[in-house]
Amino acid sequence: MKLLVPVKRVVDYNVKVRVKSDQTGVELSGVKMAMNPFDEIAIEEAVRLKEKGVATEIVAISIGVTQCQETIRTALAMGADRGILVETDVSPEPLAVAKMLKAIADKEQPRLIILGKQAIDDDMNATGQMLAALLGWAQGTFASKITIEGDTATVTREVDGGLETVALTLPAIVTADLRLNEPRYASLPNIMKARKKPIETIKPADLGVDPAPRLTTLKVVEPPKRQAGKKVGSVAELVDKLRNEAKVI
Amino acid sequence: MTVLVLIDHENGKLKQPSRSAVAAAAKLGDVHALVAGHEDVAASAEAAAKLPGVTKVLKADAAGYAHALAEPLAALLVKLAPGYTHLLGASTAVGKNVMPRVAALLDVQPISDISDVIDADTFVRPIYAGNALATVKSADSKKIITVRAASFDPVPAVGGSATIEDVEDAGDTGVSRFISAELSKSERPELTAARVVISGGRGMQNGENFHLIDPIAEKLGAAVGASRAAVDAGFVPNDYQVGQTGKIVAPELYVAIGISGAIQHLAGMKDSKVIVAINKDEDAPIFQVADYGLVADLFTALPELKAELERV
Repeated sequence: MKLLVPVKRVVDYNVKVRVKSDQTGVELSGVKMAMNPFDEIAIEEAVRLKEKGVATEIVAISIGVTQCQETIRTALAMGADRGILVETDVSPEPLAVAKMLKAIADKEQPRLIILGKQAIDDDMNATGQMLAALLGWAQGTFASKITIEGDTATVTREVDGGLETVALTLPAIVTADLRLNEPRYASLPNIMKARKKPIETIKPADLGVDPAPRLTTLKVVEPPKRQAGKKVGSVAELVDKLRNEAKVI
Repeated sequence: MTVLVLIDHENGKLKQPSRSAVAAAAKLGDVHALVAGHEDVAASAEAAAKLPGVTKVLKADAAGYAHALAEPLAALLVKLAPGYTHLLGASTAVGKNVMPRVAALLDVQPISDISDVIDADTFVRPIYAGNALATVKSADSKKIITVRAASFDPVPAVGGSATIEDVEDAGDTGVSRFISAELSKSERPELTAARVVISGGRGMQNGENFHLIDPIAEKLGAAVGASRAAVDAGFVPNDYQVGQTGKIVAPELYVAIGISGAIQHLAGMKDSKVIVAINKDEDAPIFQVADYGLVADLFTALPELKAELERV
């Protein structure tokens, strides 16, 4: 069966983002970019399903600027078979992304789409759920385990206070949480091979989707800064402060 | 304006984040609460009717709602949506699962995890794991929102007296089925709901040493977390991870032990009310965000801390 895995190019998780002084957003120029960590987990899971013989083809999709090709190449180096880049200069919101992915899914007819549970830039945590809604498919969000048998995906989900297991009728959407797997590093030979794998480039208009945002960002500011507090000299002093000054224990 | 709040509940009890969602909703207009479930739904509906600010409770009782599956719940919310300007849910596992699905069905861009309400169209939400706060204005005619519970003081559990109205089942396409739940049997609270969190970092040196934290966590009723470095080193499982790629926590007290304070860790805990750092490196960045810092070898400090807490 065919799998789709959307991958997003985001600021690398090790970068300390800086808010621009004009409050229009965060500084992105000259900043190291990488694949969204949850999307790496999604790709890894897809590759494992292919290695188990469950999946036959993995298509990695990215939506955004030309450089998203690099993100797709990373997915190809990890084991995806081909890529689709929806090239646009606007950074589309989850609703527009979900509409574009739906249009691609209508054409590609996958049995399963695995996404990261959220992107670490806008932290929306919405695209997977929205894509499931638009397709009318079942959704298994925040997955820590996926088993495919026949027409059913059994998904263990990370919920408040523990785990929940649901059975989804395929085709379905799964979003990857941290514990699903530990993504591999692409080997050099696989990085070389990935260069030869095909990437198709299309535009949002080819998918009949207007990527115009519904939300206007009025301003972006830094959160209130924490002041460094005081050093205490001993464990006894620490416990005393927590009890009698901060009153938290 | 009338606002509908999806109530997250279990075993006839409301989850506290739902009371924070009601508090956020009260800033927008009249508040109705939707309690969907089965068997325990009557008790939950009665509890919701007591929340101050809630004027009406909609009770939906059907087997399909028993486990809060996103597909039938979203269908129900979509059916009820025409009567409301805003649909809200708490940023719980249920709210995060259901609300974006509702939004897509209504052709709305959801506004996730708001931390403040400016006006009916304008909200503040953290981005980049809380390293920036974005003020966003929605052009959608209906707003679909999830609420960061740590940012809104919950309304009291009692004091209101709303009417309870039954609403009809909106049906279920049956594409998903609940199989089982394994809720943590630990006496410890879960990381994101704990009042106190104690996390260990690379300084713990190995997984075995994490047991040094256990008696202290026990004593303080704390959840135990870890930095990504400790998780990457294999000391503890991934679900311990606090940070940008792990869990975002904002407890009353956060104790960082042997954690240097990498950016991505700070992103996950810097909204904690009181932060304590114990680290032998006095230049560790964690001290720049700590309210109380103790420069000490954790292998000396932890047993001392245990003894000190037991002493009184």
